[in-house]
Amino acid sequence: MSLLASPAVRMGISISIATGLYGVSFGALSVTSGLNFWQTMALSLLLFSGGSQFAFIGVVGGGGSGIAAMSAATLLGMRNGIYGMQLNALLHPTGWRRYVAAQLTIDESTATSSGQTDPAEQRRGFWAAGIGIYVLWNLFTAIGALAGSGLGDPKQWGLDGAAVAAFLGLLWPRLKGREPVAIAAVCAVATVIAVPFVPAGVPILVAAVVAGVIGWFSHGRSDEGLEPDVDPFRERHHHGGHASQRTTE
Amino acid sequence: MSLWIWLLIACALAYAWKLVGYFVPARLLEDPRMSRVAGTMTIGLLASLTVVNTVATGQSLAADARLGALVAAAAALALRAPFLVVVLAGAGTAALLRALGWN
Repeated sequence: MSLLASPAVRMGISISIATGLYGVSFGALSVTSGLNFWQTMALSLLLFSGGSQFAFIGVVGGGGSGIAAMSAATLLGMRNGIYGMQLNALLHPTGWRRYVAAQLTIDESTATSSGQTDPAEQRRGFWAAGIGIYVLWNLFTAIGALAGSGLGDPKQWGLDGAAVAAFLGLLWPRLKGREPVAIAAVCAVATVIAVPFVPAGVPILVAAVVAGVIGWFSHGRSDEGLEPDVDPFRERHHHGGHASQRTTE
Repeated sequence: MSLWIWLLIACALAYAWKLVGYFVPARLLEDPRMSRVAGTMTIGLLASLTVVNTVATGQSLAADARLGALVAAAAALALRAPFLVVVLAGAGTAALLRALGWN
């Protein structure tokens, strides 16, 4: 009862429902990209990071090799290491909780936690969002995977268009300001140029190198692009970026 | 079978990234360069994945119904639609364009 009175817990639950639901699209796209049911579930249960999971199946679905899919997913997962540092400084988990917290460290749980000011609320927000999303994301992945395998020709249903929309939807919240838009444009052009010359999947890694070099030598905001996939504060702050709310700055 | 191996390696490395964050000394947080690289790489990878899924078919480039999906998704996002609606807009547009005969 006192838990449900906590604003951080309520925010965590609403994020869990919003994020968990789009597990359906991941599950359906994964099986139509050529992964089987258990491979799809392994990604949601073990890898558990939406962007990296979509990257893995996106490369496989585009005819890329397993190693290219693994590389793209791993490079995209680097930001979770940064989130881990921030959460460790906020929550100081000890013992086994540290290992569980690590698995639950994703865009949404980090955003829910770091948006709170009270340390107890930061902790509640992290666990509510992390556990809630983990349960619902896996449940809806399974539903999507079962539904997707009965669809027949995925192109007839526009599922390749769904993949395009999913990646744009993951990119969109990060395009706040001129620098991220410029980085996205440069990487998009680099990708198109690379496609005819290298094996499928590799153009994505070329873009990753270009983006990494830009980040290494640029002097923009240090947390540029580390926005969450779902903005927990959208209902309260319609136009403000939440970068200013980050407690690590 | 080999897909399973790369998949499980990806899972292990994803957990390794997450865990590293909890065990590195806090002073590394004060070096903004790693955060910046993680951020720009996230943008670059997602932009690249969007483009590849829109115009690449293996090693060739093609303009087909997926371009319509991209435009529809952008319109939905500009209207602040939720993620699931964005995905459905992309799928519906691609399916509709195919039904109308644009591969």
